[in-house]
Amino acid sequence: MMEKMIFGRFIPGNSFVHLLDPRSKLVFVFAFILVVFLANNIFTYALLLAFTLLVILMSRIRLYFLINGLKPVIILLVFTFLIHILFTREGDVLFELGFFKVYEEGLRQGVFISIRFLVLVFMTSILTLTTSPISITDGIEVLLNPLKKLKLPVHELALMMSIALRFIPTLMDETDKIMKAQMARGSDLSAGPIKERVKAVVPLLVPLFVSAFKRAEDLATAMEVRGYRGGEGRTRYRQLKWDWRDTVCMAILAVMTVLLVFYRN
Amino acid sequence: MDIKLQQVSYAYSMGTPFEKYALYDVDVTIPHGTYQAIIGHTGSGKSTILQHFNGLLKPSKGQVHIGDRVIVAGKKAKELKPIRQKVGIVFQFPEHQLFEETVLKDIMFGPMNFGVSQQEAEARARELIKLVGLPEDTLNKSPFDLSGGQMRRVAIAGVLAMDPEVIVLDEPTAGLDPRGQKEIMDMFYALHKERGLTTILVTHSMEDAARYADNIAIMHEGRSVLNGAPREIFSDAETLEKYRLELPHIVRFQRKIEKLMNQSLPKICLTEEELAAEVALALGEGRDAK
Repeated sequence: MMEKMIFGRFIPGNSFVHLLDPRSKLVFVFAFILVVFLANNIFTYALLLAFTLLVILMSRIRLYFLINGLKPVIILLVFTFLIHILFTREGDVLFELGFFKVYEEGLRQGVFISIRFLVLVFMTSILTLTTSPISITDGIEVLLNPLKKLKLPVHELALMMSIALRFIPTLMDETDKIMKAQMARGSDLSAGPIKERVKAVVPLLVPLFVSAFKRAEDLATAMEVRGYRGGEGRTRYRQLKWDWRDTVCMAILAVMTVLLVFYRN
Repeated sequence: MDIKLQQVSYAYSMGTPFEKYALYDVDVTIPHGTYQAIIGHTGSGKSTILQHFNGLLKPSKGQVHIGDRVIVAGKKAKELKPIRQKVGIVFQFPEHQLFEETVLKDIMFGPMNFGVSQQEAEARARELIKLVGLPEDTLNKSPFDLSGGQMRRVAIAGVLAMDPEVIVLDEPTAGLDPRGQKEIMDMFYALHKERGLTTILVTHSMEDAARYADNIAIMHEGRSVLNGAPREIFSDAETLEKYRLELPHIVRFQRKIEKLMNQSLPKICLTEEELAAEVALALGEGRDAK
């Protein structure tokens, strides 16, 4: 059931995008999220869309797989598009069906917002699909390092994040197992009236919480007996390396920002 | 209720880059009332196959017959609930499925889902708690206050309370102490004999398969490669070796004795008692042994 979900999933590979340093990927994606809001006309939005498609192509992740995995997001997208079409009443009327009028501005806004949304979702998905969770947290830890001066426990935060990410698949497996065990006992999550379905969540959540707490305790004990004492003086096994690809990536970001600033209205 | 798998293949994550076949063209028939063991090395597809027995997984190819219901690959299967009542599954580490405030409520959860009345469900719980070897006052305790072994027994009672015709056991004794293992296995065997429960035991313990099963199917890398009576299966050590399985201790012990006695016994013995009797017979003390 959750096999098709691609949020937070990592597909190993050795494409250009895979080989980028997590730091440059993170910087790129965060900057990209901001830069997207610069676009405000057809040319700039087309540029964003084309660039995103290029990145997907370069990551060698099948577009079909990506779209299939992001189905829930796409439903949301269609919904926002429709809202815009229905409720924006500016500009000329393009066509009308009885009460229902489509305005030029509504269509424009709808399309633009949809592209913005799509581009953001695709880009962030590409980030998590091409970067292992461990490298993402390594990257974040290094990028946040300056905040140590403000007494922010950067190492601990990064550790928390990597533990959380590490246990997502484990918890998913666990959920699947418990769900099956309860289904075998006649509990049904996917049929019946809403009230019954909500009730059927309890037999799922209680065992899940019990095992998650137990697991957390075991992990804490295991870390303690191996002498874990936080980030102080800790060396790294995985070294991050900045190479020409990352410089290229940053250059592309700069060029794109300039183009967007230049061509926006 | 017969269970029949015909040319069943199953792939996890169909249609994604993670697609992976776990079963290939499996044919298994389990007639009503038999004790069937399914053995295989880790990753042989044992756990995948057992989820087909009550429609938790639908075959990617082929079909599964459960009694008169047929689940065909690619077709929507509706109303699986009646099947799930008739085929009870005790999963690996079933104690993880406990969730209610009291043991009593947890045992009643299954039967109540299948529309059994409150009184009836409670009566079943009172009967079953004794059957699984726990005192009756356990019923009012929280399942989370029990020991691991006791929780296991409560979970088993919870599955038996559904009053299934077929019971599927996935490594039911994993992690229990030897005495607990024997008690649980003997209890399932007694239920199999007394109530005529069709029993499917998925295990990698050759000893349990030898002692209890009428029939043994061997899985290897997603295929069912051998199927037959225990004596047949365990007469061929070389084939077993090929599938990375060993003979049961008792059969290996028999081979050693045969070497010492310099003669082979007429049949392969599946339990200690059987071997003792055979050896006694061979040594010419047959009358006393019997």
